[in-house]
Amino acid sequence: MTSASPILDIRNIEVVYNNTIQVLRGLSLSVPRGAVVALLGSNGAGKSTTLKAISRLLELEKGELKSGDILFDGKSVRQDSPHGLVRRGLFHVMEGRRVFEDLTVEENLTAATYADNLSKAKQRFELVYEYFPRLHERRDGLAGYLSGGEQQMLAIGRALIANPEIILLDEPSLGLSPLFTEEIFGIIARINNEQGTSMLLVEQNAAMAFAVADYGYIMETGKIVLDGPTELLTKDADVQEFYLGMGGHGDEEHKSFRDIKHYKRRKRWLS
Amino acid sequence: MDWLFFSEIGLAGIGTGGLYAVSGLAFVLIYKATRVVNMAIGEMMMMGAYIFIGFSVGLALPVWASIPLAVIVSGIMGGVIERAIIRPMLGENAISVFMVTIGLGSVLVGLVEIIWGADPRRLIEFVPSDPIFIGEAYLSPKVGYSFAVAAVIVGLFLVIFRTWRGGVALRATAGDQAAAYSMGINVPKVFSLVWIIAAMIAAVAGILVGSIGGVSPNMGVYGLSVLVVVIIGGLDSLLGALIAGIFVGLIETYAGAFLGGEYKMLATFSLLVFVLIVRPYGLFGTHEIERL
Repeated sequence: MTSASPILDIRNIEVVYNNTIQVLRGLSLSVPRGAVVALLGSNGAGKSTTLKAISRLLELEKGELKSGDILFDGKSVRQDSPHGLVRRGLFHVMEGRRVFEDLTVEENLTAATYADNLSKAKQRFELVYEYFPRLHERRDGLAGYLSGGEQQMLAIGRALIANPEIILLDEPSLGLSPLFTEEIFGIIARINNEQGTSMLLVEQNAAMAFAVADYGYIMETGKIVLDGPTELLTKDADVQEFYLGMGGHGDEEHKSFRDIKHYKRRKRWLS
Repeated sequence: MDWLFFSEIGLAGIGTGGLYAVSGLAFVLIYKATRVVNMAIGEMMMMGAYIFIGFSVGLALPVWASIPLAVIVSGIMGGVIERAIIRPMLGENAISVFMVTIGLGSVLVGLVEIIWGADPRRLIEFVPSDPIFIGEAYLSPKVGYSFAVAAVIVGLFLVIFRTWRGGVALRATAGDQAAAYSMGINVPKVFSLVWIIAAMIAAVAGILVGSIGGVSPNMGVYGLSVLVVVIIGGLDSLLGALIAGIFVGLIETYAGAFLGGEYKMLATFSLLVFVLIVRPYGLFGTHEIERL
């Protein structure tokens, strides 16, 4: 897509938890500068692990990057500490939002100012409140009392304060109403457009992810099984059936819920 | 009822309470940032007081140099303790860490007994001995000056936490370590810093307490009263430590004066039980937020 080197380049990584459980088996993917890349997969495929491997939060959970390498902005992340990596411009919005519940909305944003020069970060508070007017209204309230959607906004707002080059977004739609999901994805697309921030987006909601992403990867059991530009992926028969829920052979066969789980096709990439 | 006597006891109580507040501050800081219940707080105070003895008596340095030196050395020790025995426990079960701090307390007592022996000692007199009168009420100068120092320290930290960004980093680290990392907060540095500062405050508290009642290796028992104070105040509240400190100090001295010395503990622990029934998270502690 772009001629410059990708902002994030994952080369053949293997991740093992607790020295026993292998989660990623030779996974490779790359995120071009300024692009939104979606990473899809079923539960337990290793999507969140991939993100944690990139942001190095893996070590807090006794996971280890056994082989392969992750290049952020041309340099391996292996030498960086998790907080050092954030300061270099890689921000991980973790699954389940992870706002600091005992802190007010504004204090949550203040916490993120550690990622950058303080005075520069302070100037971006206005930007966050512009993207999320709702946060401005509730800026003195405790983050724990926000609704799920507002907490997700806050989580993304913290990323904006850090002004990163790339944001890793782990299931921003988790537990949100369709309306909120749409709003959040609208803002994700806007941030990508207006701030030029690259994004690696992990999602269960494939239709939503494809709507904002330029390129998609599909992973199962720790490997990438399929990838391509989103317009091609949406036409793929397997993706349509397993991720977009359109049904492989036309809809007339799904007459009752009893049948709905009996896939008519075998996932070809498994075998 | 003799009002003069009553107010004198009250003043003494507030003085004692000020010391509780400072000691509580050292405890609260650690708990607030690292969620470690530091059972060795009394022993850390004792260590600070003994290091002061080491400088002022052992090396015969003047008091004005011994106090800052003792505080600095205690700070270094705090950093070493964090790095050597608390950091490796990161991510372990809270009870395990709790047990480790109990062990730490014993180690510190042992160290002090090896170096300075087990006999109680008095600190060099450094507090001015002119009696203080507030109105007509007499206040022991040691208690008075200790309270002043304590009040300044606690006040300073209250202001710092309102205004300084580090306060946010500290609470963020306590709330969710992984998320704090992902904000770019240097979590290991927060840990070190908190233990260093807490050890320094504990040393100041230890020297103040020691200057009033002398020191001995089992001064760590004082830590138990501090624990009562911070539980009543709320484990993670600085303001709570201040108010509960003074409150417990008052109750303790009044109970000692009007009911007899053996009722001191009974009074404070009854208060503890009562507070735990009414407000399990302490008077000013953070509620767990439950979203439904």
